[in-house]
Amino acid sequence: MGTLGELNVSDDPAMDFKEPVFALTNVDFWYGTKQALGDITIKFPINRVTALIGPSGCGKSTLLRCLDRMNELIPGVRLEGEVAYHGQDIYASDIDPVEVRRRVGMVFQKPNPFPKTIYENVAFGARVNGYSGDMDELVERSLKQAALFDEVRDDLQKSGLALSGGQQQRLCIARTLAVGPDVILMDEPCSALDPIATLKIEDLIRVLVKDLTIIIVTHNMQQAARVSDFTAFMLAGEDGAGRLVEYGPTQRVFTNPKEKRTEDYITGRFG
Amino acid sequence: MTRTHFDQQLENIQEEMLSLALQVEVAMERSVDALSEGDEALAKQVIEDDVQINEKRYEIEETCLELIATQQPLAGDLRTIASVLHIVVDLERMGDHAEGIARVALMMPDEPPIMSYADIRRMAEITKGMMLASLEAFKDRDTKRAREISDEDDRVDDLYDKVLSELLALMTEDKSKIERATHLTWVAHNLERIADRVTNICERIVYLVDGTIGEMNVSKY
Repeated sequence: MGTLGELNVSDDPAMDFKEPVFALTNVDFWYGTKQALGDITIKFPINRVTALIGPSGCGKSTLLRCLDRMNELIPGVRLEGEVAYHGQDIYASDIDPVEVRRRVGMVFQKPNPFPKTIYENVAFGARVNGYSGDMDELVERSLKQAALFDEVRDDLQKSGLALSGGQQQRLCIARTLAVGPDVILMDEPCSALDPIATLKIEDLIRVLVKDLTIIIVTHNMQQAARVSDFTAFMLAGEDGAGRLVEYGPTQRVFTNPKEKRTEDYITGRFG
Repeated sequence: MTRTHFDQQLENIQEEMLSLALQVEVAMERSVDALSEGDEALAKQVIEDDVQINEKRYEIEETCLELIATQQPLAGDLRTIASVLHIVVDLERMGDHAEGIARVALMMPDEPPIMSYADIRRMAEITKGMMLASLEAFKDRDTKRAREISDEDDRVDDLYDKVLSELLALMTEDKSKIERATHLTWVAHNLERIADRVTNICERIVYLVDGTIGEMNVSKY
């Protein structure tokens, strides 16, 4: 397609997304004077799971946080280039970052429920956003979407902190779903979970992606291979800035990567 | 970061596969010798040795599955293991074809042959050459050579046609030769199938190197 610079997707028609959720063009990002991302150009497709993989410090979490303007909460950061969400530059001066974060939800590495009841954890964001519909129905629907309702239906007034780690993470997903996002960003969502809880989250991701778009950062190569449709491999350059090395259909990236650097990383021979 | 132990295990399964291939090569050669020289003991040896070929195939298969389960191989590592898994099956079946030829050798009466075995020997020679070349191509990851080898299957097919025509003519001319001629058609068929399986190995070499799966030089049989 030729729009992704030196990225190794040129002969991959599957990567020519006509109406991507996000289209990043020549994005550079700095923490103060330290450049964390260099010349990132990438499109994320609708209703697909895209995995960002790469070694620590390659900028994948930074890239993820550029997509909901979460990085702006850190003093001294600077972004250049364009981050278009459904064609609109989310860094334009007239864009409200809070609205961006409502449309683009985030699930973090460590489950972080509010110290409130399960019900309130889900209802809180919707209430803050001015939701005026049937709150009981919204809470139930969100918990069902997050595959948690059956486990907590009789305990909605108990503290969210009383749940197991895996349940807490699904509660956080329910909380995100309650405000009606069309993208969920996941930053190593299973790294603090046991294998069973991890598989539940992965199953959930495959269900959720029918209705929304998911972009997931993971260090777990097998997880990226299991849950994602597309995989982007990032690596820090000599200047320390993270760059895209290869982007393609997950099946292809994990069986037949085009770049030696990708092959070395995913086969554990990196460095 | 390195994966020394895993690298050694990957190396081992390829070495074991090549060692299996050499056992099969010996079986192929001996089976045709047993037939053309009427050597009953050699034929029995081939049949006996096939048990070891089968066992080795299962051993390699088991190691490959263990590596998949424990090492979660990806990319080139995965393709290597997948290729070895396929190739050992082809090798084991080639061993079965050699065993089939040895069994025919035991069925042939102790009488002068009904035809010259020159073409059958030629088929065996080309097939063996293809097989040995395919192993070299595997070691060298040489897809160009793999494609050339698979093209040689046409020569084996042509000889197969020739041997079949000759045998059919013999059967038509003299009914007393039908049984022996039929046995020899099995021999030719086994050799033709071995060459087809070498083509399968060549397909796996291409997959191993560039990740594309596709059929090469489809045999007319």
